[in-house]
This record gives sequence, structure tokens and C-alpha cells, in this order.
Amino acid sequence: MDNYRAMIGLEMHCEISETNTKVFSSATNSYSELPNSNIRPVDMAFPGTLPVVNKKAVEMALMASMILNCKQPEYIYFERKNYYYPDLPKGFQITQETKPAPMGIYGYLEYECNGETKKVRINNLHLEEDAAASEHLSSTTLINYNRAGVPLLELVTEPDINSADEAVAFLETMRSIYQYTGISEADSKKGQIRCDVNVSIMDKDKDPSDPNNWGTRVEIKNVNSFGGVRDAINYEIERQCDAKEDGTYDTVIEQETRRWDEEKGITVHMRSKVDAIDYRYFVEPNIPKYKVSDSWLEKIKANIPELANDRKEKYINNLGISEYDAKILVKEKSVSDYYEETLKLGANPKSSCNWITSVILGHLNKFYLDINDIYLKPKMLVDLIKMVEDGTISSKQAKEVLYESLTENKEPTKIVEEKGMKQIGDTDSINKIVNEVLEEQPNSIEQYKGGRTNIVDFLVGQVMKKTRGQANPAITRNMIIEEIEKR
Amino acid sequence: MLEKSIKELHEDLVSGKVTSDELVKEAIRKSHELNDECNAFVTILDDAKGVPVTDNLLSGIPYGVKDNYSTKGVLSTGSSNTLKDYVPFFTATSIENLEKSGAVMVNKTVLDEFGMGGTGTTGHTGIVRNPWDKTRMCAGSSAGSACAVAAGIYPYATGSDTGDSIRKPAAYCGIVGYKPTYGMISRYGLFPFASSLDHCGVLSRSVEDAAIVVDNMKGIDKYDMTSWDSKDFHLYDDLNLDVKGKRVCYIKEICDIENYSNPSDELKEHLKNFKEKLELCKELGMEVDAVSVNETLLKALSSVYVVISCAEATSNMSNLTGFIFGPRGEGNTYIEQMKDHRTKGFSPLIKRRFVIGSYVLQSENKDRYFHNAARARRLLVDEWKNIFKDYDAVILPVGSGPAKELENSANKLDENRAVLEDHLQIGNFGGFPSITIPDGFVSNLPVGLNITGNCYNDQTVLNIAYALESKMDYKNQVAKEVNHG
Repeated sequence: MDNYRAMIGLEMHCEISETNTKVFSSATNSYSELPNSNIRPVDMAFPGTLPVVNKKAVEMALMASMILNCKQPEYIYFERKNYYYPDLPKGFQITQETKPAPMGIYGYLEYECNGETKKVRINNLHLEEDAAASEHLSSTTLINYNRAGVPLLELVTEPDINSADEAVAFLETMRSIYQYTGISEADSKKGQIRCDVNVSIMDKDKDPSDPNNWGTRVEIKNVNSFGGVRDAINYEIERQCDAKEDGTYDTVIEQETRRWDEEKGITVHMRSKVDAIDYRYFVEPNIPKYKVSDSWLEKIKANIPELANDRKEKYINNLGISEYDAKILVKEKSVSDYYEETLKLGANPKSSCNWITSVILGHLNKFYLDINDIYLKPKMLVDLIKMVEDGTISSKQAKEVLYESLTENKEPTKIVEEKGMKQIGDTDSINKIVNEVLEEQPNSIEQYKGGRTNIVDFLVGQVMKKTRGQANPAITRNMIIEEIEKR
Repeated sequence: MLEKSIKELHEDLVSGKVTSDELVKEAIRKSHELNDECNAFVTILDDAKGVPVTDNLLSGIPYGVKDNYSTKGVLSTGSSNTLKDYVPFFTATSIENLEKSGAVMVNKTVLDEFGMGGTGTTGHTGIVRNPWDKTRMCAGSSAGSACAVAAGIYPYATGSDTGDSIRKPAAYCGIVGYKPTYGMISRYGLFPFASSLDHCGVLSRSVEDAAIVVDNMKGIDKYDMTSWDSKDFHLYDDLNLDVKGKRVCYIKEICDIENYSNPSDELKEHLKNFKEKLELCKELGMEVDAVSVNETLLKALSSVYVVISCAEATSNMSNLTGFIFGPRGEGNTYIEQMKDHRTKGFSPLIKRRFVIGSYVLQSENKDRYFHNAARARRLLVDEWKNIFKDYDAVILPVGSGPAKELENSANKLDENRAVLEDHLQIGNFGGFPSITIPDGFVSNLPVGLNITGNCYNDQTVLNIAYALESKMDYKNQVAKEVNHG
């Protein structure tokens, strides 16, 4: 590998999950466990049905186009990509061909990989419809049309990525953008993100800006997780480098489409370039050309929400959160939203950050949960933080309460109450116990007066013992000193 | 009774001279008779019943629907074996609009398979015969609708028009055929042939009836993005607007007999008759001019049509695989099953068009054929739009004479006559409002003329047709058999 440079281009498909309806159909756009429940006649291509463009999906696509620094089209229109497959009921997919006017062309995105800022050029971003989902059983195939017509954003990068790490970092940045803009949950577990990966290698000592020096491009289709992308790229780079070393590069590596076999961890030949399908694109006649006005674009631009980077900067600069913690907080939008909600409810930013990053995220990772899945709502975390602040419970107790709340699905205030954990804060009760302890420990008064002031810690401990830890330690301490000095 | 106009029938219904149920029963009875003679229907709705009569002129009156309109719960085949058992679960918007008006559908009419054909002979239920002369065709593709309206089964039937599929059969059957501006009537629920050329419309026996029906079919539809709001159009109410001072023109290259080498007697008579009708226009106070258009462009017409319509059709009909609807093909793989379904389902004519459509869209051919056809289409439309700067309408004869014989229909046309046969396609290229009305007889058979105007000028086109119709004797004419075979 040391002698070669990998050139990687990505095609990232991301379902738009946050529109109410599908991209060309009035069927509901939502992930449903019940097959074939979100469908309208057009999704199954019944004769006479027509596509109707979902304006919201177009707006989301244009917003993504802006964030990717692309040029937006003057007119929007769609094209038909014609091919036969059982999961494609119309026999064509409504999509946008690269030229001349998809939702965005010729942009770029900066992203961070292992502490370094990288830049990848975006060739184009286009809006299309998803196909139905096929489930291949041993003797039959089942088709679920819920997915047919779900809006899909396809983003195509230039081959500016040089490693699997960079590819994954780029994809994570994109996922964050889709989540923060409210375009998509971008959840690969729900099949919302699917990637095609293009990999070639070239000699490291040659000039990468000259296409003559580039190697043979191999496409790997349908890689459905970021881990898969990493493994497929690494596998393919190694395969191609080995071929170079063996001297078989020119015979073994051909321009082809391969498939990523997740189980075996290898790429497998699918089809050669000569077998490429001619999709016979032409403009979709049922969707009139639509003029994109400047005012519309401005409105969309004004609606771009705070993205992960904006929030990170805000946390560091305005709230005094460490860069390390800020990055953790913004990685998943749901976590950052949760954090922001606690701030809104008056939580101390640092305390809230600490509880989230130290306890809550650990719990989420352990049980593969999303922060929205847990019983502990932001308000409850704020309650807990306040109980510590006003001395109702100690931070040690708070930690216990938090764990219990997460595992037992109980409100922290309830737990504190039920367990009688409340610190005794009223001075009369504490005063009574302090005096009891001082009666029992006359020597310690002597010692204190003799200059051993740290004996107070021992006395506080005695009070705690009697109250089973419920006395407020600060109040107790002051009262002990007060009482000794009275005597 | 059913040979009357919509207005007359409405008056009879309101006065109680006849009931809706009686009209419907009579239409059904006559449908069976006509089907034996001319094979006009795929389905006759024997259970259809009369409905209450309202203020709406169409209420309670029976009508026919071309079988490429989706009708809920009623077999809708597109006259194709690929959909021979297909019963849709939704109704086309325009038919729903007619239903809301109280119109009563009594049958589904035969067409050339999916509207692809101009003879009325390629439907899966067999050929449709012309009620004027059963040895002749009705033309197509709205053959059954034209046949039934001409035979007096009901005052009107819906049609669809991709090249001339309403306006040619209307001429051959001696009736009126009107396709309004593209998008005035929603196409939702119309089985597509070539989406950029497809229009819904009506066949009737008078311009007035056509206006009444389209008033009730039209309207913007959230399910068809190409539809537009026409609520300010009152085609029937404004039918009487004066045509005095309107400017119409005909095209020399198409209408002058000198352009044709060895013209047949029928052609001579047809064109002579047409020129006489131009005199009627002048009597109505219209200006009539002859204009000249680029002949090369005119000659490209039919190729442009073939390329664009076949390309779109290939893609539009890719949903016909027999998986979701239609008979499931036999085979071990989905590809085999699909091939079997399509091989058995489509007629050879359609398959030929699919091959052409695929060929012209292939990446190595696309620019030479498909893109050039799109350019030529644009040039032709621009040429016509230029004419519309000076003229309210273009008036032309339909076809080269009366209905063709079924037996010898393969007669070779000379190139110029081809233009005469094909010029109506320009109305589809531009989405122009276009109406055919009967204008006389040649060899004892009806012939027609066509009036086409600029987009959204439907009213003017109808006003001219209405005025001209009133100067002739063919309004509300019903087929009288002249040749008993």
C-alpha cells in the first residue's frame, strides 16, 4: 500500500425520511413494520396513475445542495431511467440524470478525519424515488412496496477520498448534516443509507491531477453500512495492490461492477463494463418543468438550521464545554437536542454535559439505545441536577439515582423520595444529632480546641452514621464547629 | 330517442316525457344490437340504472367510455390481452367528474390496443366496423366510441387522442370529435400511450354537445401535474360568441389539389368540398387566407410522431409485466414470466412500436432520433404558433377522403397524401385545442374538416366550429347504412 495512492469516490443514497408523503405519491412516507401498508395506486404503477412531485422533498434536496456548496438548477425536471426489475413497478425509476440540471452540481464539503480537515468535491446531488424492497426466500421472493416511491437523495463525489477512514468520516459528516437539517434520520439499520463505492489505485510517485496516471476504476455496489464501506474499501485496495505487486494488475483488475459480500468480507464480480445497462433516459413528460425562483432559494437558505459544527462551536465558546465533550455531544443530533433541552430547562451546562457524556451515553452504548428511547427525559435530568445543586442529595447519591432511573425506568425524584435519600437539611434535626455526637465524644472537643481541627471530619462522619448519610454534610460541618466553639 | 341532442334529452327528462331509467335501458338494448353488427364494445353494463335528474344537462343521460379509461369495479382492458381481466379499484378523474354530473356510463368502447393504431382493427375483441358501411373501418383509436355515437346509442362517448384518435374516427363516422388544450382535462386514470401527446376528449354529434361534455369533464386535478385551472372557461355558455372578423387560414401545401400527383376522384371531391366550406366561413364574416409552411417540416411530421410516441409508449407500458395486475406469465424466473406475459399479451403492431421506441432511445441512437424528433416537434409547434399570431385558427380537411375499406386498408399512400393523413398530429405536438366536424359526403360516406387553434383558445375554436356547423346540414346526424356489405 505504501507505494500506491487510493482514489475513492462515493455514491451515497440517503432516504428522505422526514416528509409526510412519498416523493411522487401521496402515500405516507414512514418506516412501517407492516409490509405494503403505505401504498397508493401510483406506487404499484396501476395503469393511468401519474406522478405528483412532493415540493417539500424538493426543498429538502435544495437545502442539502446548498450545504454541499453546489449550484442549484434554474429549472427542475425529472427523467425516467428505464429498466425491468420486479421491485420497480413502473419499469422505470423517476430520477435526475447528471446533466444538465439535478438538484445540485459541482460543490464541495469540508469534513474532519482524525483531526485533519479534508475537502471532497461533490459532482452532483439528485432527487429520485426508491424502489420497493425485495426479500429473497429460498423458493420465492416477497416484495414490499412500502419503500417504493420513498424520496431518495443520491450524492456523487469526485474521487477525492484516499482512505477508508476518510470515506467513513465523510459519510458520518453527511449523516450528521441529514440529521441536523431534519431531512432524514439517516439510519442505516432502517436501510435509509446505501452506498456505492468506486475504488482505484495509482502509483504514489505520480501526479494525481493527471487522469492518465489513474488506475482502473472498480465499482462496488450496495454497501449498506459504514462498517461495510470501511471493510469493502480496505479489501478492494488490498486486492488491487496485491495485483500490482504480483504483476497481474493489467489482467486481473478490470473496469467492472462488484458486489460486497458482507458475510464473507469480500467483493465479488457482478458485471463488466461491456454489460453496462443502457437506461434509455428521457425527460419525464408527466412532470412539467418547474422554474426555481431566487426568492424560493433564499427562503430555503434562511431555513437551514444550526448544524453540528455550529453547535459544537457554541458549546465550546459560549458554554465552556471542552472540545472533546462538545464533539461527543454533537455527534448524534438526538443527543445534542437532548442536551439543548436540558439547557432550556435551566440546567447548568457543565453538569448536564457531564451526566450525559459520562453516564447516559455509556448506558445507550451498552444497550444499543437511542437517547429518545430512554425513560429519563431532559426534564428529569434537570431535576436531578437541581437536587444536587440545592444539596438535597449528594453527587454520589445522584449517580446511583441516575443509574437506577435508567435501568428501572423511574423518575429520579421518585427514587429519592422512596429511598428516603433526602439529605436532612433542617438545622433543628441536625442540631439535635450534632449535640448527641458531641456528648458521646467529649475527647474530640478537647482535641479540636488543642488545634486538631481535622477532628471535625471524624465528627461529621459520626453524624452521617447516625443519619444513615442523610444529613447535609456542609450544614453539619458548620454546625459542629459552631457547637464546639460554644462549649 | 337517444338520437336527440343532450339539451333535448334533458328537456324530455325534466318534463317527464322519459325517465333516466328508460333512456339507460334503451341504450343498453341498442348497445347489444350494435355490438352484433359492428363490435363496438368491450363491455356493456347491463346493470346500469337511471339516476335522478338535476339541473345538470348530463344528468340521467347514458354515455360510453373508451376502454382505456380506468373505471372502478368495471373491466378496463385498453383493448389489450395484457389487461383482459383487469378491474381497476379507482376511476379516472374525468369520468368521476362526469359521474358527479349525473351522467350514466352504459358501456366501455373498443379501441386500437392501448390507443396505438388508427384503424380500430387491433383491439383484443376484434375489429370495429363503420356503421355507415360495415365493409369500412371507423379509424381509430377511439373506434368503438365513434361507432356508437354515430349509430345513435347515446349522444356522446369519451375518447382519447394521441395523434388523431378522436378527430380521425369522428370524421370517418360523420360526427364531432373534440380534444381540448393539453391539461384542460385531467389524464389521471387514462391508460397512457405517449404522455406528452395524450389528450382526453369527447365524440358527439354536435359542437354544442361536445362543449357541454367537456365543461363537465375538465378541471384541475391534484393527481395530474399537467392539468390547469379552467374554471373561467364556460365552453357551452359562450358558444354563441360572434365569429365575425375571426381570421382562419388553411395550408396550401395540404389543401391544394395541385400538390397531388394522380389524385383519386375521392381526394378531388374531398378537397373541393372542403374549399366550398371555406366559402361558408366567409359568409359568416370570417377572413379566410391560404398560408404556406415549410414542406420539409411537414414531411417530417409522421417520423417525428413515430419516434416520440413509440419512445414514450415503450416506457409507459413497461408496467405491464403481469406481476401486479394482468395475467401472470408462465416461466421459472421473473424474466421468463414477464416475457411470456408480454409475448402473449401484445399484438404484433405494438411490439413493433416497442422495438422502435427502444431503438430510438438507445444511447448511441438517442441524439440522432429521439432528440432530433424533439427538435423537429419544437420547430413544427413554433411554425403553428407563428400562424396563430395572425390567425385565430387553422382549418384543414381531415384525411384524404371517407372511411377506408377494411380489406384493402394497406393501400400505399403517396408521400403528400401522408401529410394529409397525419397533420392532425400537430395538435398533439403543441397541445392545441382541435375539433373535427362533419363537412359533407364523398362516395355517400361522411367526411370531416378540422379546426385547430392556439393553446387555451378553446372557446374560439368551438365558436368557429359551432358557427360553421350551423351553416351545414350535418348537425346531430346519425349513421344511415349505405352499404350492407
